[in-house]
Amino acid sequence: MIPQSRHAQIGYGLLAVAVLLTLFKPILPEGLVRLPEWHPIWSAYMDAGFSWLQNDLGLIHVTREIASWIGFLIDAAANLLYGKSRWPRLDAIPWSVIASLAAVLGYYLGGWKLSLLAGGTFTWTAMMGQWKITMETMSVIVIAAPIGFAIGLLLGIWSWKSRRVEAVLRPVLAILQTLPFYTYLLPAVIFFKVGPTAASVATIVYSIPPMILMTAVGLKKVSPEVVEAGKMSGCTRWQMLTRVYIPSARTEILVGLNQVIMLSLAMVVLTAFIGMPGLGAKLLAMMNSFKLGRSFEIGITIVLLAITLDRLSKAWVVKQPEHFEKDTPWWIKHQAWLVAAGICVFFFVLSELIPYFDEVKRKQSFSMGKEIDVAMKTFLAWGPMQAFTYYVRYIFNVWVLIPTENALLYLPTFALIAAVTGLCWLMGGAKPAIIGFTFFLLVAVLGWWDRAMLTLHSTVTATLLAMLIGMPMAIRASRSESASRRMIYICDTAQTFPSFIYLLPAIMLFGITPVTVILSILIYTMVPVVRYTIEGLRGVPAEMTEAADMSGATRSQKLWNVQLPLAMPTIAVGLNQALMFSFFMVIIAAFIGTRDLGQEMQRTMAGTELGKNFTLGFSVVLMALAFDIAINSWAERKRKLLGL
Amino acid sequence: MKKDDVVISCRNVWKLFGDQPERFLDSLNENATYQEIREQGYIAGVHNVSVDVHRGEMLVIMGLSGSGKSTLVRCMGRLHEITGGTIEIEGEDIGALDEDALINLRRQKMGMVFQSFGLLPHRTVLENVAFPLEMRGQDKHERRARAMEVIELVGLSGREEYFPRELSGGQQQRVGIARSLAIEPDIWFLDEPFSALDPLIRREMQDEFLRLQEMLGKTIVFITHDFDEALRLADRIAIMKDGAIEQCDTPDKIVLNPATEYVAKFTEEIEKARVVHAGVLAKPAKSKKIDGKAVEASATIQSLARMLVSDVRKSIPVQDSDGMLIGVMDRKEALDILLGEGA
Repeated sequence: MIPQSRHAQIGYGLLAVAVLLTLFKPILPEGLVRLPEWHPIWSAYMDAGFSWLQNDLGLIHVTREIASWIGFLIDAAANLLYGKSRWPRLDAIPWSVIASLAAVLGYYLGGWKLSLLAGGTFTWTAMMGQWKITMETMSVIVIAAPIGFAIGLLLGIWSWKSRRVEAVLRPVLAILQTLPFYTYLLPAVIFFKVGPTAASVATIVYSIPPMILMTAVGLKKVSPEVVEAGKMSGCTRWQMLTRVYIPSARTEILVGLNQVIMLSLAMVVLTAFIGMPGLGAKLLAMMNSFKLGRSFEIGITIVLLAITLDRLSKAWVVKQPEHFEKDTPWWIKHQAWLVAAGICVFFFVLSELIPYFDEVKRKQSFSMGKEIDVAMKTFLAWGPMQAFTYYVRYIFNVWVLIPTENALLYLPTFALIAAVTGLCWLMGGAKPAIIGFTFFLLVAVLGWWDRAMLTLHSTVTATLLAMLIGMPMAIRASRSESASRRMIYICDTAQTFPSFIYLLPAIMLFGITPVTVILSILIYTMVPVVRYTIEGLRGVPAEMTEAADMSGATRSQKLWNVQLPLAMPTIAVGLNQALMFSFFMVIIAAFIGTRDLGQEMQRTMAGTELGKNFTLGFSVVLMALAFDIAINSWAERKRKLLGL
Repeated sequence: MKKDDVVISCRNVWKLFGDQPERFLDSLNENATYQEIREQGYIAGVHNVSVDVHRGEMLVIMGLSGSGKSTLVRCMGRLHEITGGTIEIEGEDIGALDEDALINLRRQKMGMVFQSFGLLPHRTVLENVAFPLEMRGQDKHERRARAMEVIELVGLSGREEYFPRELSGGQQQRVGIARSLAIEPDIWFLDEPFSALDPLIRREMQDEFLRLQEMLGKTIVFITHDFDEALRLADRIAIMKDGAIEQCDTPDKIVLNPATEYVAKFTEEIEKARVVHAGVLAKPAKSKKIDGKAVEASATIQSLARMLVSDVRKSIPVQDSDGMLIGVMDRKEALDILLGEGA
């Protein structure tokens, strides 16, 4: 073990090297300033590899087979939900039936409020004339989420059973969780056709990792006494798994399901970029043509849908079985089913009689897209507002974005690598430092350095700004119990929104500009920053703050000397999540027009350049993982030092 | 109780925790102490234990936390694989059983109660109790009827449809007890069944337990860290420290003659007169002539206090429950136990 002071010296030494390299940039050899842009070579290699997989190995036939099965399922769902003319060739279920069933389900799982939310969401959707696009989106979710759940459950069980599988899966999952969405989409397109099938494959793959992790966590957490009770009851292995382990891990498995559903929604909206029709595609089209009113309405639908799906699945997590007193008649025991069946029949009949309850025609919808559009544009064109957005844009651009961006681009490659290594060393010691060094070196070798720096610039700037704005807010809120609770509630709700949604307010305010990119990342990353800061501060044990009070500490002394240091490990988790979020968001923002890795990735979609897509995608993954590992090990070390 | 009817027989049982326990045990010196083993990176959960449990007997294993008592009982049900020695259940080496035979043994002969109950949270009381029956494939009506029987036995009638979380700790443990009895096991393991309960409930449950045992007469291995509980329930007590049994004997004998200093520490605080019975103090009478009224062998010295103080006889005859004379008790010796040595 290196002593603390020596330890720090190595970190600072590396930072000094970075400074020196920067200062002497003009006389440095070319190889230290920039490595050559090797990416075409790697891309070619990868393409060769993929083509071998695809054609020589015949993987394409396997994937096409799978695609046809998934396609069949989605078509069936599409037939039932919005009447696509495929098997089983029934007509679309009337919206009123689906909305009322959602209401019954909401009532069963969580009472009146949830019933109103669920029923209301679908009613709103129908009445706003967005039923078809919503059902297009839902048709993928209802197929992809169960498949993702099942695969995740199986892999989770497998990784819990076998150490080796766990060891293989862990890095794969870490990569999957930092992979930019374009790198999900392009392989899906190439191997599984464009449209809903590719969309659902990408959605399934994207939604699986947390399910695997939650399943394994849940199974590991089953109390040893319950396990022993099962064994002493004479369970076989299969009985142990199905009757003891899985039911006992119910909570974690259902939390996993919640994650699967939410990630499915987030991804299916993004699959608009590979031609998946539905809410995402509509929103994309509306934003492209700057129709703010309609975008806003669709945004609300997506948000409502997210909240509904989240609340319903979370209500299922906490719903505990309850017993009926003896001799309860069967129709009370099965009340929910009976009511659901009754309502179903009622609305089927009603929609036969009154077509409005079957389908809301375009002319009947309550959409006020045009009016909202006019109102918004008038407001934005209003003098003071225009001045405000202009100055914000100006200040951001001229004082913040451009100078920092230029500075980052000026840095010699090896100066940045040294700085990152030093930072990782200071945060977590040797292991993160080695990883940071290797990963950033790989980014340099991959050959997208300048574009990677632009991506890094956007993410880091946005995350720092999010902390600058979010932490004071969180500190303020953390002073009172009720404010904290309200704030965490808002954050938890906001976190369920598909990431795509966060572009909307930014575009509304600032149009298509670089500030919009930063702003959308900023809003998105603020959520974890605020959430974890509050959680960290509220989690400081009461005796410690009381001890500070009794020692005569002022409020700010208490904050700086007691609360923040103790909350730091938790805040670090928030910071880490914020960074991961911003790495994801910055790629989505390519749609607004950036010059970074995301932009290049977007271009690979058109030309189906899989190799290039992967070199770009892995540049993002490598940077994100380096930070992830460093911050986590820092938080871990702090936690140990504090004895938490 | 026939002396030779041994149900559980442990011979030189070792349970070592560490990297390669088997290989380590082979190279281990017979007389290595717990500390010496520990210095070599292994923990002796069970340290060369030999003990027999007879049919219908209640053996209480008493020890502080970390003494290996729970590990030992888990070895007996083969929840843990032992590192060395043999454990025989009714003459059959359980270490040699394959998975099916082991499962079968548990399904037919063993029941176990756990400290934190180990109930399945998603099943009702009835379903929890019927669980072992379900596992061995009994049909639904049969297992329901049997489960209702045991539920009634533990006094939970009317709560069959409740879920564990809707019950108090004491009630949950009754469910645990009912579940362990559902298959009518011959051997009953109880791992600190009452430790998680508050003192008043614990007392009540102990009484219940004694009532049940009187009815059922199972072979029992009962784990506790509470010496009073051990004295109250046990036919014999095995006191464990660092994985080894320090002393295994009846409560009277442990209280009267603690074998080691460690055991003496527990007995010091105990009011011996409440534990020791007249029968233990009875010695064969030297003279045939016995005068006066006899006392029952099963009476504790404390219950005889008034008589011991006021009586003037030098020795007092002791008789068993059938009225047969078994010997005489020295009054001074009994008074010493009652009042303390040299009083």
